[in-house]
Amino acid sequence: MSTREVAGVEVDLSPSRVALYGVLAAMVAFYLAPLESGLMTALKTNDAFFGSSPFAPPAPAGFTLAPLFEAWARLQGPLTNLNGALVNSLFMAVPATVLSAFLGSVAAYGLTNLEWRGQTAVLFLFVAGMFVPYQSVLVPLTRFWSVVGLPGLLAGVPLLADRAGLVALTVTHTAYGIPICTVLFRAYYATLDESMLEAARLDGASAAGVYTKIVLPLSVPIFAVTLIYQFTQIWNDLLFALVLVSQPSNEVVTIALNKLQGSMVSQFNLQMAGAFVAALPTLVVYVLFGEQFAKGVAGETQ
Amino acid sequence: MADDPGGRDAAADGGTVARGPALSSRLARSELVRSLPFWLPPALLMGLFVYGAIAWNGLISLTEWSGLQPNPAYESVDLSQYAALLSDPTFGTAVRNTVVLLVAFTLVTLALGLVLAVLVDQQVRFENTVRTVYLMPMSLSFVVTAVFWSWMYNPEIGLINVGLRSLGLGLLTQRWIADPQFKLGAVVFALVWQFSGYAMVVYLAGLRAIPTEQYEAARADGASTLRMYRRVILPQLRASTTSAAVVLMVFALKAFDFLFVMFGTNPGPSADILAMMMFREAFGKTNWAYGAAVATVLFAMALAVIGPYLYVQYRRGEL
Repeated sequence: MSTREVAGVEVDLSPSRVALYGVLAAMVAFYLAPLESGLMTALKTNDAFFGSSPFAPPAPAGFTLAPLFEAWARLQGPLTNLNGALVNSLFMAVPATVLSAFLGSVAAYGLTNLEWRGQTAVLFLFVAGMFVPYQSVLVPLTRFWSVVGLPGLLAGVPLLADRAGLVALTVTHTAYGIPICTVLFRAYYATLDESMLEAARLDGASAAGVYTKIVLPLSVPIFAVTLIYQFTQIWNDLLFALVLVSQPSNEVVTIALNKLQGSMVSQFNLQMAGAFVAALPTLVVYVLFGEQFAKGVAGETQ
Repeated sequence: MADDPGGRDAAADGGTVARGPALSSRLARSELVRSLPFWLPPALLMGLFVYGAIAWNGLISLTEWSGLQPNPAYESVDLSQYAALLSDPTFGTAVRNTVVLLVAFTLVTLALGLVLAVLVDQQVRFENTVRTVYLMPMSLSFVVTAVFWSWMYNPEIGLINVGLRSLGLGLLTQRWIADPQFKLGAVVFALVWQFSGYAMVVYLAGLRAIPTEQYEAARADGASTLRMYRRVILPQLRASTTSAAVVLMVFALKAFDFLFVMFGTNPGPSADILAMMMFREAFGKTNWAYGAAVATVLFAMALAVIGPYLYVQYRRGEL
């Protein structure tokens, strides 16, 4: 035990320690290999990736940024292109993330910090909703949106007029995000100091007052966790976009990447570059907020 | 009790008229009513999309809706779609593959996650970095990981086969995602890569929740490390295992995106799963009712996994 405590100062060179670090490092290589191989390939010319090891860095002669530029052009084009796939993904993922987190927060408050009978039954429906395979709602979902007739409803609305598919995606992601958001917030709200909320109630604060004045300001850390996790999930989804988006101008980035892969069959450098462009926002979010993402992940497990 | 005076006055005034305010003020003060504005709107939105849609899907699966028929004919409902399922060989294959994928993926992921958690729990340096790297694949879209793994599995110049050849194991190289024999295994391997970090996170939290005295007591008894983990630690990780297994199975049921990008809607009989069959029937062939029937079976499978789990959680008071 004592060797462990001073491990920060002294280097423990016992064979078992060396083996332990060896295995951990090998696993780091295992998890990074597809990304490393992908990145190296994205930086190579056609000749170079056909002729060299997939994990070797490009030789000077085979180095190029052209695949990255072309992938960017195909998935987004100039940032001012408001029908680019990256902008479309942002357009639906940001509002859906914020809305589902907010709705999860108020639902969790109503189901945690206010005591009433039958709470468990309602909560049960929320938790079970987390686990529903989306295929089992897909046919009615498309039917629902075609009955609603969103393009007609939005025809006169500025900014949304030609974005019916994205609006449908936003609402759909919000609805299916509510269960996990509620569960994440509920676990956090259950740890709030009940006597503090009670004191506010005795001072005459309404349920809404307690929420906005006390609970909401204390929710910043769990909002961070939920927003990070939800954003990643919504950005990454393909299935809903496949069935809800029909206009090419409404394509989100997962659809665009899938098309790119399907049409550029042996252009592996371009495919890999596309994968990195599509994954860029989630990778950035993960590198900056990995801790929050890990907490969101753990929240799936209650 | 504070209601009583008002109640008596009301009785004196003669019944129903004045009983109203007392009842409504009691209602207004009840926590249920106070909580309604908070959870009801989200519950309605979620309920409509989740439970409403599941019920509607069940109803559609009883019709004959297909092709360009604008509406499902709800007047004549029967179980003919389900009967057709039973005599459809694709359905049997899809069920088998779904179960194999679910079981193999979950077991391997849990095992790897447990080993990693135990290793990371040995007070190693750079623990945060290591954990961050292990969990990173989970932050990626199935679309992105499928693109990466199609390249990894490329028979001529993909990393797997190139690596095997450079180790002198050229004999083991395969056409991983083209050969029916290896297809499903290759998918499972890639999914394990993507989600074993998650299993590690869950197990690590479970390990950290075990009081250190128990490790020390086992050590003092002279138990070897391996023995200590088997006898003392593993039994206490049962809760972590169950909940991680349930979540992983649900991820596996959703692995559609990955297969879709890798193989399109026709992965062939060796890798076809129910989620794929459902999508192909409904959105490829416009057999809406038939697709809905497959979807119902898929939902029933999910229910069989999560139903008992949620019940146990409820009995333990953890819901």
